[in-house]
Amino acid sequence: MVRQAARDSLRKLNPVYMLHNPVMFVVEVGALLTTGVVLQNIITTGWRALLGFDAQITLWLWFTVLFANFAESIAEARGKAHADSLRRTRAETKAKKIVGTNADGSLRIEIVPSSTLRQGDLVLAEAGDIIPGDGEIVEGIASVDESAITGESAPVIREAGGDRSAVTGGTRVISDQIKIRITANPGETFLDRMISLVEGARRQKTPNEVALMVLLTGLTIIFLLAVATLEPFARYSRATVSLPVLVALLVCLAPTTIGALLSAIGIAGMDRLVRRNVLALSGHAVEAAGDVDVLLLDKTGTITLGNRMAREFIPAPGVTAAELANAAQLASLADETPEGRSIVVLAKEQYGLRGRDLRQIGATFVPFTAQTRMSGVDLQVGSDGQKRQIRKGAVEAIKAFVERQGGSIPAEVLAIAADVAKSGGTPLAVADGARVLGIIHLKDVVKGGIKERFAELRRMGIRTVMITGDNPLTAAAIAAEAGVDEFVAEATPETKLQVIRKYQAEGHLVAMIGDGTNDAPALAQADVGVAMNSGTQAAKEAGNMVDLDSNPTKLLEVVEIGKQLLITRGALTTFSIANDVAKYFAIIPAMFSTTYPVLDRLNVMHLDSPASAILSAVIFNALIIVALIPLALRGVQYRPLGAAALLRRNLLIYGLGGLIVPFAGIKLIDLLVVALHLVP
Amino acid sequence: MGNATWDLIEVAAFVITLTALTPLLGGYMARVFSGEKTLLDPVLRPVEQWFYRLAGVDGHQEMTWKQYARALLAFNALGLVAVYLIQRMQGVLPFNPEHLPAVSPAIAFNTAASFVTNTNWQAYAGETTMSYLTQMAALTVQNFLSAATGIAVAIAFIRGLARRNADGIGNFWFDLTRSVLWILLPFSFLLALVLVSQGVVQTFAPYHTVTTLEGEIQRIAVAPAASQEAIKVLGTNGGGIFNANSSHPFENPTPLTNFLEMVAILSIGAGLTYTLGKMVGDTRQGWVLYGAMLIIFLAAFALIYQSEMVGNPQLAALGLTGPTALEGKEIRFGIGSTALFATVTTAASCGAVNGMHDSLTPLGGLVTLTLMMLGEVAFGGAGSGLYGILLFVIVTVFIVGLMVGRTPEYLGKKIEPFEMKMATIGVLIPGVLILIGTAVAAVLPAGTGSILNPGPHGLSEILYAFTSTAANNGSAFAGLDSTTPFYTLYLGIQMILGRFGVILPVLAIAGHMAAKKAVPAGPGTFPTTGVLFAALLAGVIILVGALTFLPALALGPIVEHLLMWAGRAF
Repeated sequence: MVRQAARDSLRKLNPVYMLHNPVMFVVEVGALLTTGVVLQNIITTGWRALLGFDAQITLWLWFTVLFANFAESIAEARGKAHADSLRRTRAETKAKKIVGTNADGSLRIEIVPSSTLRQGDLVLAEAGDIIPGDGEIVEGIASVDESAITGESAPVIREAGGDRSAVTGGTRVISDQIKIRITANPGETFLDRMISLVEGARRQKTPNEVALMVLLTGLTIIFLLAVATLEPFARYSRATVSLPVLVALLVCLAPTTIGALLSAIGIAGMDRLVRRNVLALSGHAVEAAGDVDVLLLDKTGTITLGNRMAREFIPAPGVTAAELANAAQLASLADETPEGRSIVVLAKEQYGLRGRDLRQIGATFVPFTAQTRMSGVDLQVGSDGQKRQIRKGAVEAIKAFVERQGGSIPAEVLAIAADVAKSGGTPLAVADGARVLGIIHLKDVVKGGIKERFAELRRMGIRTVMITGDNPLTAAAIAAEAGVDEFVAEATPETKLQVIRKYQAEGHLVAMIGDGTNDAPALAQADVGVAMNSGTQAAKEAGNMVDLDSNPTKLLEVVEIGKQLLITRGALTTFSIANDVAKYFAIIPAMFSTTYPVLDRLNVMHLDSPASAILSAVIFNALIIVALIPLALRGVQYRPLGAAALLRRNLLIYGLGGLIVPFAGIKLIDLLVVALHLVP
Repeated sequence: MGNATWDLIEVAAFVITLTALTPLLGGYMARVFSGEKTLLDPVLRPVEQWFYRLAGVDGHQEMTWKQYARALLAFNALGLVAVYLIQRMQGVLPFNPEHLPAVSPAIAFNTAASFVTNTNWQAYAGETTMSYLTQMAALTVQNFLSAATGIAVAIAFIRGLARRNADGIGNFWFDLTRSVLWILLPFSFLLALVLVSQGVVQTFAPYHTVTTLEGEIQRIAVAPAASQEAIKVLGTNGGGIFNANSSHPFENPTPLTNFLEMVAILSIGAGLTYTLGKMVGDTRQGWVLYGAMLIIFLAAFALIYQSEMVGNPQLAALGLTGPTALEGKEIRFGIGSTALFATVTTAASCGAVNGMHDSLTPLGGLVTLTLMMLGEVAFGGAGSGLYGILLFVIVTVFIVGLMVGRTPEYLGKKIEPFEMKMATIGVLIPGVLILIGTAVAAVLPAGTGSILNPGPHGLSEILYAFTSTAANNGSAFAGLDSTTPFYTLYLGIQMILGRFGVILPVLAIAGHMAAKKAVPAGPGTFPTTGVLFAALLAGVIILVGALTFLPALALGPIVEHLLMWAGRAF
């Protein structure tokens, strides 16, 4: 990788390529000029000039340019390695294109190369097949191995309709068969986009990078002038300054450190995202992630574990808890929902009730329907066909159920239900015929550690907003438990869009994560929209990032990476500019020491000679780039402190450090230069 | 108490007065430019409307930044032509009791550029060149209008920061008219009355001819000085009616006038920081700018004062120690007052002097130079100080703002490539002009021919001339003959570029900022209030200035200073 990067850095010396970075372009032009001087020296004084001062300066100037190119190349190389492994999965595959149906209703299939598939084509993928392109399942359900993209080896379920209908080209069907409508033309697929992204081929400068480059170019121009006008000033002062010395001063003053590392920082930032299996569709989105100050989070799956769990059996007056538990367990035995299972588990834990075989006790399961909003069992009690109907369901539904049978729901039970709701739980009523037995307290389980995470976000200045379909009471209780700043209850899919617009109107930058088709408008509206890879194609198109792991808490990491990217840029800029002070103290006295020996008073570092001072400054300037490459690639560590504390900390390290380090560094190099007799 | 104690008391009194005045004047200006009610409204509103009607402009129509800039440029171009023509025709115009002839074309151009740009660089001696009419109708009028232009730009910038999703940045005619009527005229009037009470002359009479004690005949120049003196300082113009400027007893007779003139020079620049805070709805934002300005100001004063107190070691060898070496200083008021005045006048874009900067020690001269090179942002000129420091705020926020992990923003407005481009241009233009100008003059015979002192001090003199004009200050290191065609023309152009080359980017930023939405501040936003930011801002201003000019300064005043201590003077 290093060798490849080294080769690339030579290739990038092409001035046309260098033009995209004006700071380093100026350095390269300077290096060319001094090379000219060295050639002239060779002509006049022979080959010995190659060991002279001018030649050494020239050498280090070229190193400066090369180091800058190397930083960029090494950042790209890391992405390239990732891209290569992706590219292997894109290898040409055969696709089973559906071209029609035979008379007997079976599909007419034609085997075509995957590269000929166009948007809208229908293909069939059976167990063992590689899915030939990005698409949406129109029929069937299958388990799919997506490890080629996500690195996750456990297969995932993909099915037609709903929010998990998208499949990605290059992944493999493990079981069953699906019909897929292709949604991307060759070269525009997800995989293609991902490859070009990680390779940095389509990398465009982000607005912040452009603005920073404007500032750096401005500084370079003014230093160019400050140095260029030195020649006339020197002439006025009857001093002479040689071209290599002027170029050396310019290169030392120009913000070469940040200029050299700027693009590496950007590429490495994208790479860090990719490593966390997040794919940003633009660099701008990563930057925006750093700016986000409102996070919109779905309650379910993000803040709470996906499912509610039974916590407590609260019997109605005149009913024992064991009786309630018994009925509840019966009603839930065949209920395969996580909630149903949690009731069975609770009944076993608290009352030692074991599982029973429904058929043995002559029970038939009554599944949940949207109309009844209840589930339960019908028990054959006697031989006369009399049935015992045990039901569990929403309080309203049970109320209607018992009233139909001439019963009524006791006021105490309603009060219990209200209490449960107020505490953030969901009350589930249980009835045996016309008799209400009591309430099961179902509770949302807030993910471990999430509260600390939100507190961290608050310190970062980010507000968290929980979106939930729950009623306001339940929502408020969970919001308090999880420590979110705000919540929106009884939300419909449209609510998200409205909430985002509201915050944006107040000037906030909003991030959200979503998967469903009905999330698409909100994902598109959000400043940072992270779509889950398991989500629909529509959601993936609408967002500006895709999380391949489909992990909702990933959003927090994305924000941190965005911030880290910006901080690294700021820290190295500050460091680079602060460095100039020491370089002035090295070079200015050295330049004019022959005309005005008194200027040696400014030689506070007591550098050995004018030549060694200038050479040391140039060497320091080149080496600091190499020394900072790891930092540029890794990024400055981000700590969730408030902005004021963060600023103080980073200023101390990179501002003050930037002032002091070069004094020590240049002095050290000067000692070495003298020890090695590099200058006369 | 020794002299030094009195000097410290004077500085302390000065800072306290200025600080106390800032919220009063700044709050008043905020009201004036927001169109809120003020005490003077019953008298001035009809006059204001009458002006709009007379000029045929609508004073209430919102302008985009381009319209604002066009109006401003057209108005100032008109002023340039008018001042030029009056000078050229003063010989045939009235109010010319001394029968002074028409001013030469080159000097007339230089003077017109100088007064229109609020520079008041004087390539002439007032009492022997300009008629009373020229002084009043051309120069004094421009003293008002150029200051008003600066204030208008500052107000437009503030509006750009304060507004959200807006197209316009205000109306130039409104800002200009109100600056003159509500601020400059009433305060100059009051100040002029005080000055007259202290003995500043105010007359249209011809010069007096007296016989001195030795029997010589001497002509004593008089003038309608008090009225011009007031706006000279208040509007940070600096063009003295007499050649000796504020060291002339007719311009600056008593310690009280000296004190008031210094306060007046910085009052509007300081007050505008509070206006900014008021108009953006957070006065701390204004005070932090005030704080940064004060840091630079006090540091500069301390350096000049220290350097002047130590004086010249070569004179010390002759028994003339430190503070007694008063050559070129304001003898009546002492070194403390001279050092303070020199700091004040170069911290602002004023250029009035009560001592000769050429006679400062090399380090003292270095500080006056540096203050101007930094863009005169320590309080600065009327308006120009505020918009100048705001450009630095943008640069500062950009460099260090990234370190809190957000794209940089100021007052909730994101700083994007366009603003960065404009801020960079605005910050760099004075530097570019100064360096190129000085370099050209340092090698051309036309440039070096004007130098009276050889060696590094000569370079300092050239550097001072180009710095003073590019930064629209107007003070001079005497010792450079700036009346040659080369200097009059080059410096004339330099003044125009230095003024409008900064104003245009400033207005462009204002326009783009106004159109942005504002992100509400939270714990994650970069804090632009507080001591840390003030220090940071001052640090960036000094660093950028130092990095740009250190090579030039090293060959001028720095080497001169070192040589002086090594026993050589120039």
